[in-house]
Amino acid sequence: MNQPVSDMIKIAVASGKGGTGKTYISTNLFYSLSKKNYRVAMVDCDAEAPNAVAFFESEIVGKTEVTQKVPVINSDICTFCGKCHEYCNYNAIFILPPMKIVKVIEDLCHDCGACSVACKSGAISEKPVSLGQVTTFSVKGKPSLLEARINIGVMSPVTVIKAAIKQIDNQSDIAILDSPPGTSCPFVQTAASADYVILVTEPTPFGLSDLKQSVETLKTINKPFGVIINRAGLGNNSVMEYLTHENIQLLLEIPFNKEIAVLYSNGRLVSETNEIFSEQLLSVFENIIENHGNSSN
Amino acid sequence: MEIAVISGKGGTGKSSISAAFATLNGDVVLADCDVDAANLYLLFDPFVEEEEVYIAGHKAVIDYSKCTNCKMCKDYCRFDAISLKNDKIVISEISCDGCFLCSRICPENAIRMVANDKSRMYSGSFRNGKMIYGRLAPGEENSGKLVNMVRLKAKQLSEENGMNIIILDGPPGIGCPVISTITGVSKVVIVTEPTISGLDDLKRTVGIVQKFNLLAYIIINKYDLNFSLSAQIKKWCKESNITMAGELPFDKNIVEAMVQGKSITEFNPEINISKKIKIIWNKIINQKT
Ligand code: SF4
Ligand code: SF4
Repeated sequence: MNQPVSDMIKIAVASGKGGTGKTYISTNLFYSLSKKNYRVAMVDCDAEAPNAVAFFESEIVGKTEVTQKVPVINSDICTFCGKCHEYCNYNAIFILPPMKIVKVIEDLCHDCGACSVACKSGAISEKPVSLGQVTTFSVKGKPSLLEARINIGVMSPVTVIKAAIKQIDNQSDIAILDSPPGTSCPFVQTAASADYVILVTEPTPFGLSDLKQSVETLKTINKPFGVIINRAGLGNNSVMEYLTHENIQLLLEIPFNKEIAVLYSNGRLVSETNEIFSEQLLSVFENIIENHGNSSN
Repeated sequence: MEIAVISGKGGTGKSSISAAFATLNGDVVLADCDVDAANLYLLFDPFVEEEEVYIAGHKAVIDYSKCTNCKMCKDYCRFDAISLKNDKIVISEISCDGCFLCSRICPENAIRMVANDKSRMYSGSFRNGKMIYGRLAPGEENSGKLVNMVRLKAKQLSEENGMNIIILDGPPGIGCPVISTITGVSKVVIVTEPTISGLDDLKRTVGIVQKFNLLAYIIINKYDLNFSLSAQIKKWCKESNITMAGELPFDKNIVEAMVQGKSITEFNPEINISKKIKIIWNKIINQKT
């Protein structure tokens, strides 16, 4: 919290549901900005299924383990008073005093520390357990792509996502956050750390319903945002009508094109060969900066 | 029999496939476990018979008339949710995990825990049986617990109405809500796509399914977008001894059907993709476990 205020601008690219082209936008935006020599970093925050790195020729230059602490209860010292169990709001401590059994269910532990505070006998210590990794990749010689990835079986990606965002170096002026799908906690945590959110949607009933939920969420946390409609032409007009009605800024419309879908499936960056698309993304960016740039600091 | 349909990544067409499965048979119980982005009700417009409140954790709220600024809560909170702004303790609603610790240690009793009660579970009837869906309020967590609640309701409705098949449309990813969706089901259908990261995602998803010792069936959706990657996926499934349920082509009719509020098999049962879905479904439900 007491880091110096940087003037880096963070843009999260999100979509209520997955598969609307969120990674397609974020990777191409990242690529187009770096080609114009902007100092830009990208964080793949979709820690349950990260895949941004597949679009770049890259090299691993660093990897850090993300851990949380879980309690270890020494049953020799434990008096089986049950205080820890009472304090734990996540049911992570199982206790059977008559049998002198006390167990920590590590998967349920949120690392809140309440049990350690509760225990007056000094029976609780803590040990770290791994949640996942943050990997730094260098793209074109610059360590600019960070990937958050949780271990299989880990309940929540939030800690790993936050760790990845924290690792963005201060050499960058712009950070693109490829946000996790959904509108719950992981998305909110990612969006909350951004200055602006680009919502990517598709013009279908499912797309509209997810978009509405994302918009509702962003309004509750007061984040400025705009919308990109991907695969325009498939589906219907209801997303457009909604945007007009709600007075939400349409940043860009990308027509549906099966060739793009094929290129994407092969891990190709469309903006590498398609100058027009690259320029469109750059103007989306400039537009955002003009209207929402954090000139305040 | 409970059949869960999941996918490592969102947008693989999982919900459209679940919707088709739900409209191929006689009556089924359809549970939308993607509580983060429930969608199926849009196709089926269910008649809601019951609405239940789901408590998605708590948030700490401070009572300034009691707070003496001792900052003890700030020191104890491990979620960086408490800070000092203009000499006032402020609790961030976004960061608070609802652990209750601050409310327990505050010497002035100035912190109250308030339940998040905006999430809902709906259940009712649709044209092919019973339907349940959850709706998590924006930004809530603990969706795994809401998934459990949805599944319990699904079981209850299945027993009460003698509908033996329960179809669970799962959330994307491999985290808590996915685990809640698949634990203890009879079969898991994994929908994947032939993209550069598709196989990696699939491996992770299969990993989680195997961790719980469940039977997995793979569907490659839009296989014709990339024949060579589809072939790779099939090869891997074969080598790893995982059952391929089938492949489905890319078809714009999927979107058209959605716009009309129908499943693809209702929209047009005679087109190639609909016929294929039917074959896949029969294969999945008829195979002995
Ligand atoms: S640290 Fe918190 S969540 Fe973990 S076991 Fe202790 S009280 Fe429970
Ligand atoms: S309830 Fe827990 S997470 Fe929330 S502010 Fe209090 S100590 Fe922090």
